[in-house]
Amino acid sequence: MYKYTEFDSAFVRARIAEFRSQVERRIEGGLTEDEFKPLRLMNGLYLQLHAYMLRVAIPYGTLNSAQMRQLAMIAERWDKGYGHFTTRQNIQFNWPKLADVPDILEALADVEMHAIQTSGNCIRNVTADHFAGAVAGEVEDPRLTAELIRQWSTDHPEFAYLPRKFKVAVIGSDADRAVLRFHDIGLQVVREGGEIGYRVVIGGGLGRTPMIGKVVREFLPKRDLLAYLEAILRTYNMSGRRDNKYKARIKILVHETGLEVLKDRIEAHFEAQKRVLPDVNPAVRARIAEGFVAPALSERPAAALSMSPALRAFVDTNVTAHRDANHVIVTVSTKGIGTTPGDVSAAQMRVLADLAERYSHDELRISHEQNVILPHVHRDDLPAVHAALLAADLATANIGLISDIIACPGMDYCALATARSIPIAQQIGEAFADLDAQHDIGPLKIKISGCINACGHHHVGHIGILGLDRAGVENYQLTLGGDGTQEATLGTRTGPGFSYSEIVPAVERLIEAYLDLRQSREESFLDAYRRVGIAPFKAALYEDRDAKAA
Amino acid sequence: MTQVIDRTGFIADAWAGVEAADLSEYAGGAVLLMPVDAAPEDAVAFFEAAQMIVIPFASSADGRGFSIAAALRGLGYRGHLRARGHVLVDQFRAALRQGFDDVEISDEQAARNPEAQWRTVALDLSYQSRLFAA
Repeated sequence: MYKYTEFDSAFVRARIAEFRSQVERRIEGGLTEDEFKPLRLMNGLYLQLHAYMLRVAIPYGTLNSAQMRQLAMIAERWDKGYGHFTTRQNIQFNWPKLADVPDILEALADVEMHAIQTSGNCIRNVTADHFAGAVAGEVEDPRLTAELIRQWSTDHPEFAYLPRKFKVAVIGSDADRAVLRFHDIGLQVVREGGEIGYRVVIGGGLGRTPMIGKVVREFLPKRDLLAYLEAILRTYNMSGRRDNKYKARIKILVHETGLEVLKDRIEAHFEAQKRVLPDVNPAVRARIAEGFVAPALSERPAAALSMSPALRAFVDTNVTAHRDANHVIVTVSTKGIGTTPGDVSAAQMRVLADLAERYSHDELRISHEQNVILPHVHRDDLPAVHAALLAADLATANIGLISDIIACPGMDYCALATARSIPIAQQIGEAFADLDAQHDIGPLKIKISGCINACGHHHVGHIGILGLDRAGVENYQLTLGGDGTQEATLGTRTGPGFSYSEIVPAVERLIEAYLDLRQSREESFLDAYRRVGIAPFKAALYEDRDAKAA
Repeated sequence: MTQVIDRTGFIADAWAGVEAADLSEYAGGAVLLMPVDAAPEDAVAFFEAAQMIVIPFASSADGRGFSIAAALRGLGYRGHLRARGHVLVDQFRAALRQGFDDVEISDEQAARNPEAQWRTVALDLSYQSRLFAA
């Protein structure tokens, strides 16, 4: 794990002092509300539906046990005893008081955390594959790059007032677990010949105009990364639209300008930046590398486990192969039956911290799918880990199944939302509460957004649900066949939407149709959809309903 | 009226009363006004003649001026560079780091943000200078 240097600590503290002064100036009138807003946003503070919301960065999704315990303390002391993990590897506290926020930031700084640039029209928290450093087949741990970008992008004087927010994700292998193609910039670490570099994708995004990112550079040598990022950002800062916030993301610039023209502009800026930008200080690179040295894994051979049915089910779904055969990656689901996706109580955070400390080399990860990961667990420890999770209501064996749903906070919390998301996720979880039935249905990603901004990634759900407002009534549109992995695909709309009470039965009809038409248990929902197309699913959704209405 | 601020605090405007000519009409005067939607390369021909280039900030939320300034410096402009308009105390550090020599704000804003606020801006902590130090 990256350890703060004296500089990192001093910077974060100075930033908190600056924010305190900004809050004071706002209160005294030295800052207008319009002037204060971008400043508070760049420190992670939103004004939501009922209260302020503080979004704390978990850079590249990596946490240690001390940090998790501090999040638990913050949740109890300044919030309502829980936190909400988001689809961008952040944690949100939904009920802090404005006056407490500088103190919360100090408490975060005590464990080398911050809320810098988790919001605002700047370069946001950099995300990475949540299995980084633990999974086989990586060219390099993507967090080396993500931490470098965190440092470079923090308080960058040129890129703090961009046309719109700007999101970067990094992966280290061909398997995309970070929704790379739906970020403003997606970087995949690749090797060409003997040289490590990046495949660079730009212009992806979800929101009201979903777009799949396009490759702008097949191979960018590692040493050129920051000059190239500056070239992309400068091109965007100078030419991105500022007349309409809904057309201000770089995806629109790529779409309206054309990739080739934009590429030429980026390359021209790149040539200029390469001349003026010195190489990264080797001492900084070395310090970052120290932080991501692979943990010293036990060489003890794993014994054959005698597993209870519950542990067997847990291992089947929540355990992923580690690069080391004696170890596994354990994914802890935050999606128990009837719970809110991403919500974790302070007591649960402490259990997770204890487990990380004892069984996972003091490491935790937060995935964009809003789950928590113990990345380095010895196989022999699985029964103990499972038992502890079970006691904390954290052992739901549903990773990758129908109830492992991504949902944005929706109208229960968010000021932008037009419909509720969380209750839909909870009702789907309850409708498919039987885990055996879930296993029978197999791999399925349902993603729910409570408005067109698509924080719940509905466009890339195998089943996507978008909650809208139709003349004051919640209405839910369905999309099918979306995929956020390396196969990047946008879902297709099925047709007219469904009311709040109709949407869960509609999802049930989709599942029944899939079970009827699949060729075997091995054919997943997505595979079946790709084979037969949308027609049979539309029939299941609408013919049945229309027949009843007739 | 306006107020000019540099690293030392509030200062008198050395170019007070000098008319700035827009890039499209520039004919060799002391002060060139660089619109934020113009291409920085188009100003290169005037780098010798222009003692000062002014980059307007219509709104503090519009950060194009920061890129224009860096681009002009990157292209070799060594004269005086000024940010004029709605620049926040909180953007002062960024403005100086991007190559501006000073900022020029309205008297109304100067009244809200007196000199003391600008002088307390910390100028030394920067990830970027540390990252690229040889």
